[in-house]
Formats: sequence, structure tokens, C-alpha cells
Amino acid sequence: MQFDSFSALIAMDGHGVYVWSVYGISFVILFLLALNPVLKNRRFFVEQSMKSRRDSMLSERNEKRLVK
Amino acid sequence: MGSPRWFYSSSEKWVPWLAFVAIGTLIVGAVWGLAFAPVDFKQGNSYRIIFVHVPTSAVAMAGYMIMATAAAISLIWKMKLAQVVMKCCAPIGAGMTLISLISGSLWGKPTWGTYWIWDARLTSMLILFFLYLGVLALYEAFEDSESAFKAGAVLSLVGSVNIPIIYWSVEWWNSLHQPATIKFTEESTMHSDMLQPLLLMIAGFYCFYALLLLVYTRSEILFRERNTQWVKAIVAKKCNDNFTDKSLQS
Repeated sequence: MQFDSFSALIAMDGHGVYVWSVYGISFVILFLLALNPVLKNRRFFVEQSMKSRRDSMLSERNEKRLVK
Repeated sequence: MGSPRWFYSSSEKWVPWLAFVAIGTLIVGAVWGLAFAPVDFKQGNSYRIIFVHVPTSAVAMAGYMIMATAAAISLIWKMKLAQVVMKCCAPIGAGMTLISLISGSLWGKPTWGTYWIWDARLTSMLILFFLYLGVLALYEAFEDSESAFKAGAVLSLVGSVNIPIIYWSVEWWNSLHQPATIKFTEESTMHSDMLQPLLLMIAGFYCFYALLLLVYTRSEILFRERNTQWVKAIVAKKCNDNFTDKSLQS
């Protein structure tokens, strides 16, 4: 390792604030980019399953009406 | 081949492998670059930002070319899958360009003494960010998806002029930005102890980009094809699986 201690790794001779901010901000942006499709998929499956349930209930009701 | 359904089913097995390789490479590369690569004799430790800055800039530019190519393919051959890929390139590319701009700015402060300067390289990179945002905004601006797609495709094709400008800006104009460290035609100007983690990070970011593009494209395909029988079957299967999981838990 290039640094003698953990605190030296954090401080990086005064450049730590720039270096660690870059890695932190990059991590957050990459995480949000990856999270976006996961949430979109979850919402999609919930909406579509509700829709198909609603459709099947409606068609059942129509069938009953036709039988009467 | 090339149909959204074929792509959706055949790409499923790639997702976990790509995720494993991309995240693994990025973690190893970041630890190597932050703690084990030697200190730069001129810039000190601030140069460690290179391990994020160079890969994201490269991916942001390559991503734009992918978007422009997909736009051309879908305009000429009306290929549905290319349309979807083109749309998905925009948010990922915007994210990568944003990381490149922020990391460059934070590297500029200790190195040049300023966060921002209206220099050719920095300005053309900012234009790239706005081009990505422009394509995204055009998609949202139209009610009709076909017109939205055409407007976005034309903007991405026209905007591709910016890519060679970014690439050669440091040679064409007198720039504060340093010239390319890794060169294809001659030997790199970087010591191998620094170059190895950088190449690893570049590979990691390309894999991560591929992973994101794959996942975004799969998600967009599901949404676009939501009224087809094959997507309805996937939704029904997913609901059944969830129901069985819940009943097993209780």
C-alpha cells in the first residue's frame, strides 16, 4: 500500500477531499443509474398484474350478465 | 433475430455475469487506484481521480456513438430494437458525462486552481451533456412516440459531430487540459504501475455501461410490448411466483 496509515489514505496529503468526493459522487450516480430500471420494472409488474386482474374480473362479470 | 422478444429472452442469462464482472472489476480497480498505485511526482495524490475521469469520459463518448449508430439503423431500416437501444443510451450517457464533468472539475481545483474554465475540451464535453439531455427532453416533449423517436434520432445524429471535436480539441486548440495519456498509435505516456489499474477501470466502466444498457433495454422492451401475449405470460408467471413465495412464507 502507498499509505502508512488509514488516516493518511483518507487525507491523501491534502487532496483527500477532492479524490474521495469524486469516488463518492460517482458511486451515487452509478447507483441511481442502476436503481432506475429496477424500480421501473417493479412498478411495471405491479401495474400490469393489477390490470390483468381487473380485466379478468370485468370479463367474469360480463359472462355472468350474459348467462342471466 | 433482432426482434424485441428474441432479445429479451436471449439476454436474460447475460445480466448476472455482466453484473459480476463489471462490479468486481470496478471494485478491484478502484481499490488498486486509490491505495496501491504510486503517487504522481507532479500532481501528488489528486491524480487518482484519473481512474474515474478517463473511463467515464471514454464511455460517455463511445455511448454517444452507440446512440447515433442505433439512431441511423432505426431511421434507415425501421428496426424496433435499435429504437429502444437508442432511447436507453440517453440517460446512461448523461449520467456518465455528468460523472466525467464533476470529476474533471474536482481534479481541476488542485491542479489548475479552478473548478471550471471555458476551455475547448471542457466546453465540448458540456455540450455532450446537453445533447444527451436534449435527446431525453425531446422524447418527453412529443405525445406521439414515433415523432418523439424521429426527433431524438435526428438530434443524436447531428450531435455526433461533437465527438471528434471533443477528441481532438486538446490538439486543435491551446488547451489547459492535458493531451491523451493512452494512445493507440504510440506508446502511452504513463508508467505501467498506473496504467494497469487505469486499463482495469476502463474495462470495468465499459462492462458496467453494457450492463446498464442491457437492463434498461430489457425494461423498455417489456413496457413497449406490454399488450402482447408473450409479455402478458411473463407478468402472469411473475404474479404466480410471487403468490407461491408469499404462501410458502406464511
